[in-house]
Amino acid sequence: MVSAGALEQFYALFEAWGIPWIVPRLAIMLGVVSIIIGFISVSAMFLIWWERKISAHIQARFGPMRVGGWHGWAQSIADGLKLLLKEDIIPTRADRPVFILAPIVVFAASLATYVVIPFGPGLIVQDLNIGILYIIAISSLTVVGIIMAGWGSNNKYAALGALRSAAQAVSYEVPLVISLLGPLLLVGSLRMTDIVEYQGGTWLGILPGWLIVVQPLAFLIYFTCAVAETNRLPFDIPEAESELVSGFHVEYSGMRFAIFFLAEYANMFVVCAIATTVFLGGWQGPLLAPWVWFLLKTYFLLFVMIWLRWTLARVRVDQLMHVAWKVLLPLAFVNLGITGLLVLVLSPMG
Amino acid sequence: MTTINLHLQQVKERTTESMEEMWVNMGPQHPSTHGVLRLLLKLDGEVVRECIPYLGYMHRCHEKIGENRAYVQIIPYTDRLDYLASMYNNWAYCLACERLMEISIPARAEYLRVIIGELQRIASHLIWLGTFGLDLGNFTLFMWCFREREMILDLFEAVSGQRINYSFMRIGGLALDVPEGWLADVKAFLAWFTPRLSEYDRLSTDNIIWQKRIQGVGILKPEDAISYACSGPMLRGSGIRWDLRRDDPYGIYDRFEFDIPVGPNGDVWDRFWVRRQEMEQSVKIVEQGLKAIPPGPVLAPVAKKLRAPVGDIYSRVESPRGELGHYIVADGSERPYRYKVRAPTFVNLSALPVMLPGYMVADAVAILGSVDIVLCEVDR
Repeated sequence: MVSAGALEQFYALFEAWGIPWIVPRLAIMLGVVSIIIGFISVSAMFLIWWERKISAHIQARFGPMRVGGWHGWAQSIADGLKLLLKEDIIPTRADRPVFILAPIVVFAASLATYVVIPFGPGLIVQDLNIGILYIIAISSLTVVGIIMAGWGSNNKYAALGALRSAAQAVSYEVPLVISLLGPLLLVGSLRMTDIVEYQGGTWLGILPGWLIVVQPLAFLIYFTCAVAETNRLPFDIPEAESELVSGFHVEYSGMRFAIFFLAEYANMFVVCAIATTVFLGGWQGPLLAPWVWFLLKTYFLLFVMIWLRWTLARVRVDQLMHVAWKVLLPLAFVNLGITGLLVLVLSPMG
Repeated sequence: MTTINLHLQQVKERTTESMEEMWVNMGPQHPSTHGVLRLLLKLDGEVVRECIPYLGYMHRCHEKIGENRAYVQIIPYTDRLDYLASMYNNWAYCLACERLMEISIPARAEYLRVIIGELQRIASHLIWLGTFGLDLGNFTLFMWCFREREMILDLFEAVSGQRINYSFMRIGGLALDVPEGWLADVKAFLAWFTPRLSEYDRLSTDNIIWQKRIQGVGILKPEDAISYACSGPMLRGSGIRWDLRRDDPYGIYDRFEFDIPVGPNGDVWDRFWVRRQEMEQSVKIVEQGLKAIPPGPVLAPVAKKLRAPVGDIYSRVESPRGELGHYIVADGSERPYRYKVRAPTFVNLSALPVMLPGYMVADAVAILGSVDIVLCEVDR
């Protein structure tokens, strides 16, 4: 965001005034975190409104039309305010500390992944050299929060939802990671900016240099797993409304529920941002500013996710496991094997 | 509560409950129990081991009220039985009274009853398809089905002034003739509706997730279907070609040509597919009715104060949910001495504990949805 030199000057300024070194660094960190939280909130609120509009038009209705005037654009803000002002209810039989911590854990896990998302050249909070590994590791923490919610609520439906969620997350993480390995083999780096810059050129002079062109299978596997990771239809069995009422967050209301909701949409953005970065060339694109390209591609994928949700039925839990272990995982391994072989054959010996 | 606890105790004695199994209370406030049905499910992980349905949350003494009302006054109460097919309830009750009092109704009224009844069947099946979509997680199908159902409700509003509780039929015919141009509106609706069916198919029938979810699930064997006295699409889904419109014709159904779809396997898919095809058949019947409808009066001349001769009658019709029977014992007064409704959903629901065990929670929702219950009718 800011070049390293400018940061050093900023720190030096504070040292000259005799303020301990930790203060400016903490201030910068707080600033970055609030920017991320701000971005997540605005993007999640937009996504919720957008999803409601898309689903409405798929279903031959209008969706929100009143709050704020034009097509009810302020509906999400109004809903957020309402949830903020609601009574905070904790069931008497609930495990209080776990119950209170659970939404925080879920939200923190999705918040932390935003650190390495490359919105544009230089528009990245911390370009870790293990970027993609970091995202995969951190995003699996979400399931801990979900299990905490299911267990802490002391409700059978919530417990069932949490168990389903754990099984699902563990199963789908495996093909997801292996599907990402194919493209990473080609790039040869886990750093997010390296992955984007690798896709700068063209394939055969005509196709864009995006990895989806050479790794279409990996993209499909990744996207399927990503939908499952974010508990969205057709893989939304942890919160299956018609079976488990709403699964792990059935006992949550008010702001705690809102945080779960926010985290879900934040996670959706993250998985689509990874797909954009790894498969769709990240910020690369002509004419428009890089961050515009990045958001365009990410929101296109988000649109596909919403589209899927409102036109498909829900799969059953055993079918879910079947797809993960018997279909996606072997396919991911095949893809990885072929990619590895080709890299070995085509790369210059040395 | 004590009776339930007692019952639970008995169940526990019958089956040794291990640590892995747990009782889950599904309903009466559960979104997929279609009203106030309460199911106690014993779950082994995700698998349903046992199911105990509890009824009666909506009981409102329909039959006892009927015994204290004049024959005509019962009609509005029948609206509230199966509120998704009120026209058919009106018809079933009026038909029973007409048979009891030996009243014959004008031809135009007969045709209008068939047209309205079949439109009601489409509306009822649309609601069923939509809510079944909800059960399986497809919200869009629900909205699409409701879009077309609204049109049928508009048509009914035009004839009766009501959208749900019509009270449109009378003993001896109909309350009113249909307004001018209404038959053309019905024709226009059918022209709009027929292509919509294939639109629903794109969301449901053709979708592989939909197919995999309901094929081979919740099998009801033909012999079980018969011994539990199932009727309607439940029975036909189990492969038994039994439809009162053909096998015990009432009204003027013997003048119409239509097929009776059956499913070979008795699973949820067959029950779904039977209802889906029945909508097409209903369209066919309405089209035939529109072509043949004669002009004339719609209400036979009947006395203001109806008295039934001493005797009893059991009259049954094929409602969208199965055999809807009305049993009336008359003692010669203005009121029935005994009045009993054979509710198809109540009987169909009794087969639920046979179908559920061994399937998963998600299947339980689909199986319950495939029974097509209306709790107002189950509890009466």
